[in-house]
Amino acid sequence: MAEQDWKTNKGVFAAVSLPTLFWIILFFLVPMAIVWLYSFGENKGLTEIDISGTLDNYKRATEWLYLTIFGKSFAVAALVTLICLIIGFPVAMAITFASEKWRPWLLLGIMLPFWTNLLIRTYALMMLLGTQGFANKGLGALWEGTSWIKTLVGLQPLPTWEPVQLLFNNFAVVFGLVYVHLPFMVLPLYAALDRLDRSLIEASLDLGAGHFRTIMRIVVPLAAPGIVAGVMITLIPALGAYLTPDLMGGTDSQMIANVIERQFKKANDWPFGAALSFLLIYAMFALIAIQSMRKKVPEVR
Amino acid sequence: MTETARPIIQIQNVSKRFGKVTAVDNVTLDINAGEFFVLLGPSGCGKTTLLRMIAGFELPSEGKILIDGHDMAGIPPNKRPVNMVFQSYAVFPHMSVADNVAYGLKIAGVKGGEIKDRVAEALELVKLGGFETRMPDQMSGGQRQRVALARSLVMRPKVLLLDEPLSALDAKLRAQMQFELSDLQEKVGITFVTVTHDQDEALSMACRIGVINKGEVAQLATPSDLYEYPANRFVADFVGSVNIFEGKLTLDDPDKAAVDCPGLGKVYLNHGVTGPHGADVWIALRPEKIYLHVPGEGKAVKAAAQDAPDGYNFARGKIKGMSYLGDITLFEIELESGACLRVSRPNLSRHDQEDFTWGDKVSMHWRADSPVVLLG
Repeated sequence: MAEQDWKTNKGVFAAVSLPTLFWIILFFLVPMAIVWLYSFGENKGLTEIDISGTLDNYKRATEWLYLTIFGKSFAVAALVTLICLIIGFPVAMAITFASEKWRPWLLLGIMLPFWTNLLIRTYALMMLLGTQGFANKGLGALWEGTSWIKTLVGLQPLPTWEPVQLLFNNFAVVFGLVYVHLPFMVLPLYAALDRLDRSLIEASLDLGAGHFRTIMRIVVPLAAPGIVAGVMITLIPALGAYLTPDLMGGTDSQMIANVIERQFKKANDWPFGAALSFLLIYAMFALIAIQSMRKKVPEVR
Repeated sequence: MTETARPIIQIQNVSKRFGKVTAVDNVTLDINAGEFFVLLGPSGCGKTTLLRMIAGFELPSEGKILIDGHDMAGIPPNKRPVNMVFQSYAVFPHMSVADNVAYGLKIAGVKGGEIKDRVAEALELVKLGGFETRMPDQMSGGQRQRVALARSLVMRPKVLLLDEPLSALDAKLRAQMQFELSDLQEKVGITFVTVTHDQDEALSMACRIGVINKGEVAQLATPSDLYEYPANRFVADFVGSVNIFEGKLTLDDPDKAAVDCPGLGKVYLNHGVTGPHGADVWIALRPEKIYLHVPGEGKAVKAAAQDAPDGYNFARGKIKGMSYLGDITLFEIELESGACLRVSRPNLSRHDQEDFTWGDKVSMHWRADSPVVLLG
């Protein structure tokens, strides 16, 4: 098929793109613009906001307290992304090298959690990790079993099992975020690995490299676009995560999105919440900018 | 040719099955040290599978493969003394030419200075000196193939395996590379094993050719033997162009034989065939071995065909098709029996093709040693 130039088919181009454009402007850009304007406003009474052009909200948002929360959110998101990459890369490789017959099922397995609402998935995780949850019950059974075996061979039994606090702390937040974001990492990695010419791997083996060296020197560098895409697509939503830290975190594990939520609800300080939101958006813009400046890996076909 | 043929690769009763499909079926063949061996066959005949089994990327279902006397069972590809040039070249796109060529040496633990020398030497060998810092995406297909060659040769393997090395190149470059590959092989003295479906490529490069059909070795011979003495109909038909006629062996003496072909007429041979009398056989006759005579040249025909008795090795027909190819003209001639005969005629002068036109009645003859009698 010949390549179509939008300039020669203006009518078709307009018909296809205008509804989308309209949608984006009305339901995305306009609300964003309103929030952006709010960030330069002051509260006047309970519901009234005066857009006075003040920068006070931004000054407050860059106070040390909020910067540490930003920093912490970033650290959590980065850790989550790193764990997702470490778990996701072997998973993506396993799917890529699985037999034709198994591949669609494995991919389905990765995508299946998306069919369930995030809230329900989060509650399911909480059931798993709670003090009365399956994880603790399993660990408890192991503990009791070990204790029983010790008495059997005539040793002192272990002290009584104390459930481990797995929920409502930073561990739970990272665990929950990894669980939620893993598919975002696996899918772009799989896409990149699937495109990889198999004979490159065979060539590396043929030249004497073992499997580990082949992965590190050939597979990983050539999957770099997929790795970068996976990192971005995991890091950005993890940075703005709200539900997981809210439900699974403790008092010390709030992330920036939780602070923003509080400004719009409990604190009823929309201008400040708007300023925090935009700082987060700018940070994400910066990430995307850095990513797009990276040197392109040449593709040879 | 080496003075004493020492087998460097011994393939012994090797079969390979993928599920219910038998890709390689009980193949036994030896490849000698220092020779340029070509595995020739149509696509899907199992020749690439055989090559990949030598490299270690596929494991034989049965039988064994010995390289330089050592059984390769259980030896992974990275531990075998062979290197492969892949059909897609498989040049690492994220590495410069020099890094590509140095890859295997670095893994083998060769010292930095020696790596540099050997890389330069290998690139010089494939005429890519000065290309060290180029990236593969800045090179043409032919150049990338040279990188792949250098990358394998620099390892000084006992055997270099080449999977359809020329299939991705255009016709001119392919012809040039055929010569260069033969040249290179002579220069480095490494055993080359090439897989191809292109008979011209095989004939022009090989010391010996193994023709593979449906996973089995159809014939193992030198290029000229393969072409002039095909062992069966498959080889005769696959290598070059050929006319095949079914017939009955009516005479079989040590010094002469005759076959009666309903399609072609009586075929006389000046040698014996040692087949059972009255057996069903096939006559294979190459188009260029048939003399086509200009209309009205009848008397000369008799004279030229004198090595056969009267009434033999002679045919009459009508020109049904002609295609002028420049150096030769291909004719399709409808015989009196209704069968068609392909004849090629070199255009020795600039006006040769003007002597014939569609519908012309023509006569042909061939020498008594030209037809090949095939028993299978």
